[in-house]
Amino acid sequence: MAEASLGGHAAAVETTTGLDHRKMVMWAFLGSECLFFGSLISTYLVYRNRSLTGPFPQDTFDIPYTSVSSFVLLMSSLTMVLALAAIQRGNVRGMRTWLVATGLLGSVFLGGQVYEFTTFIAHGLSLSRNLFGTTFFVLTGFHGAHVTVGVVILFSLFLNSLRGKLTRENSLVVELAGLYWHFVDVVWVVIFTVVYLLPY
Amino acid sequence: MQTDVAGTAKARAKERAHPHPMEYVKVAIVLAIITGAEVAVYYQEALRSVLVPILLVLSASKFSLVAMFYMHLKFDSRLFSALFTGPLALIIAVLVALLALFHRVLLGV
Repeated sequence: MAEASLGGHAAAVETTTGLDHRKMVMWAFLGSECLFFGSLISTYLVYRNRSLTGPFPQDTFDIPYTSVSSFVLLMSSLTMVLALAAIQRGNVRGMRTWLVATGLLGSVFLGGQVYEFTTFIAHGLSLSRNLFGTTFFVLTGFHGAHVTVGVVILFSLFLNSLRGKLTRENSLVVELAGLYWHFVDVVWVVIFTVVYLLPY
Repeated sequence: MQTDVAGTAKARAKERAHPHPMEYVKVAIVLAIITGAEVAVYYQEALRSVLVPILLVLSASKFSLVAMFYMHLKFDSRLFSALFTGPLALIIAVLVALLALFHRVLLGV
């Protein structure tokens, strides 16, 4: 039933909506993820500035460091979409290069987050120390877990492409992974502003 | 089956081709500039009173650019947009309600 690729879109299939069910499910999943992260961000904002004991955000955050980290994750979205553009044009080697670049940028972001967490813990902040610690670690920790899953997916795609399993015809697989990755990126866009940049 | 084929054609007609890679690079440059602006604004003492709305607008701009161009919502079926923006609108409403409930107004925290 699959038909030829059309205008950069993955192979169209004949369904009642005319849309690929796998892509539909991915968007529904991302919609549910909006609710998940939205709840965590809401909780963070509700309890913002309500910690009775330190360390407080202004004592721990390193804005220049996190800005660089955010920039790295933002640029990983560019490399991800370039990987998709490459496979949609039948350029498997290009896709591999951009996939690895995305995975590495994601890993750099994760490394940065591990370093940041370690620094914060050294400052005395922990999951149970105060409301800031609890809401901060839960929110950014879950985001980091999502990035980790994304990195695993990216390197799995890379390995699959080496086995010849990723072609122009099934570029939807890369598109779905890309949707997940970009979502993780936009969540960080919100976290960076709400958690780090809004004045305390 | 005829309905299926008609639906398929209709849905496809609403979808447009994804952009050229160069367009993605241009979007990335804009995203980088906005990120730089966010950090620059953060350090401007003179803008302290309007910092929150400025940061929220800049953040929303980045979110929209990634969703529209990198996630292709601008080019794909509107059904995908609805599946994403529906829950997003719901959680924003919940957030505003929670902040109001806890007597916390985001602007001017």
